[in-house]
Amino acid sequence: MVTPLKEEDLSKHYIISYKPNAKYAYTAGQAQSKYLLGLKEGKIYGRKCNKCGRIHVPPKMYCEECFRATDEWVEVKDEGIVMTVVASFISWTRAKLEEPEIVGVIRLLPSNNRDFVYPGIFHRICASYEQVKSMEIIGKRVKAVWKPKEERKGSIEDIQCFKVI
Amino acid sequence: MKVNIHLNKRVAVIGAGLTPFRRRLLETPQEIAWEAASKALDEAGLELKDIDCVVIGSAPDAFDGVNLKGEYLSHGSGGIRKPVSRVYVGGATGVMTAIAGWYHVASGLCQKVLAVAEEKMSPDRPHPQAIFRYIWDPILEKPLNPNLIWIFAMEMHRYMATYGIKKEEIALVSVKNKRNAVNNPYAQLGSNITVEDVLKSEVLVWPVQLLDVSPVSDGGAAIVLASEDVARRYTDTPVWVEGVGWTLDNTEWPARDLSYARYVEFAARMAYKMAGIERPNKEIDVAEPYDPFDYKELHHLEALQLAKRGEAPKLLKEGVFDIDGDIPSSPSGGLLGVGNPIAAAGLMKVISIYWQLKGTAGKMQVKRPVHTGVAQAWGDLMQAGTVIVLRN
Ligand SMILES: [Zn+2]
Repeated sequence: MVTPLKEEDLSKHYIISYKPNAKYAYTAGQAQSKYLLGLKEGKIYGRKCNKCGRIHVPPKMYCEECFRATDEWVEVKDEGIVMTVVASFISWTRAKLEEPEIVGVIRLLPSNNRDFVYPGIFHRICASYEQVKSMEIIGKRVKAVWKPKEERKGSIEDIQCFKVI
Repeated sequence: MKVNIHLNKRVAVIGAGLTPFRRRLLETPQEIAWEAASKALDEAGLELKDIDCVVIGSAPDAFDGVNLKGEYLSHGSGGIRKPVSRVYVGGATGVMTAIAGWYHVASGLCQKVLAVAEEKMSPDRPHPQAIFRYIWDPILEKPLNPNLIWIFAMEMHRYMATYGIKKEEIALVSVKNKRNAVNNPYAQLGSNITVEDVLKSEVLVWPVQLLDVSPVSDGGAAIVLASEDVARRYTDTPVWVEGVGWTLDNTEWPARDLSYARYVEFAARMAYKMAGIERPNKEIDVAEPYDPFDYKELHHLEALQLAKRGEAPKLLKEGVFDIDGDIPSSPSGGLLGVGNPIAAAGLMKVISIYWQLKGTAGKMQVKRPVHTGVAQAWGDLMQAGTVIVLRN
């Protein structure tokens, strides 16, 4: 029969700490590289599959539905519709945060609300906790707030957040 | 979807074993696996020497803090000098462990299979949340410092917004499942709570609050699967695996609508087709949908075709999913009540249905006669769906 730790066992629990010296050099690949370079220019690029018509954002060099190479680069708007938005009071280690971080998903345009798949982006949304709670922000049209051009690095962080217009 | 499947053998579940699910078990992962596996062998009336193949399920190696958990767990799971395989599809792993055990037998490769799932989430310091960082895209998502709960909060809010569902309606899942868990001797968090308690609990990532989420747990689960001729020799009450299904959706979760679990629908359609089920909401007597979050049970009941899209909350309120309702859902108490050692929790769902159909669920037993049950799990970036249909 398995045995749970008692509260007093915890205080004398011997903890092994180990910090792996793990560093990664990820490759962005063809599609994401162009996407990241686009962000540096203040543009959001997708790849279009001419067979099914789908615009892939984030871009992919192949269409997984048709299992063929995508055909062309297209620029989508840096505007879209808020699909969902949340307010996080915990950090990625589950430490408590005083001020919530507001993030969500934006369905970029062109696309329409009947699409199950669409050009999409996960990012911060400039909104208040109250606006998240009341759900008023879901369905609203937003636009990217870009960092000043000289500060952009070709990273998802080149966009500060999406703001309601 | 089109699935061409060719079965060789009919497969039965003939034994199951669970450890209690608790936070911070003193036993090693291997000891936990051994306890679940030996209980399953006892219930089946078999010894390890009778077992042909072993299947092991576990979620990321990093939870237990060891390398290659399939190999690591193999001696506690009875796998030494036997064909062993490990399956891993995140949260969907537990049901996939049963499915992988099934196809070992259904193919004719093995007659008797031991399928074991184990998870120890509590070794992680300060919290297993940090381990979940690796499920995010390293280039496009990780720079935003996401926490795992973010994606479920995003999915929950989208589900609420699409169908106009209120938090009070979702909280009823947590109330129901923790209440059911009071009758489960293996459960970690059985209790009688109210909707108010859920709504007053700590806000983690709005709309997700503390009592909307299953706890961090350690635990093990195991089943024995056998071909028809073997099963009939060992038991008068075999429970048949009638249908299985599993699918993956793509990893681009920000590029698809989160209001509906399409990956579970595809897995369910595959399993129902195999089981000859045409009207799931009429033919399924008991369900164990995966509920690491309360909204997830509703989401999954809809994808399992047991409720129309957006209507699971209404049916829940009417009592349809209560233990004495038309389709009792999570009579075990689910992950919200029993605990969530990820892979073990999924296999626990299969075991719960197996015991219901065998009639040995004790105080958890659904009062009405039950003949067909479904268990389901889901994992990773709203991506992996696994479904199994059992019948007595
Ligand atoms: Zn295509």
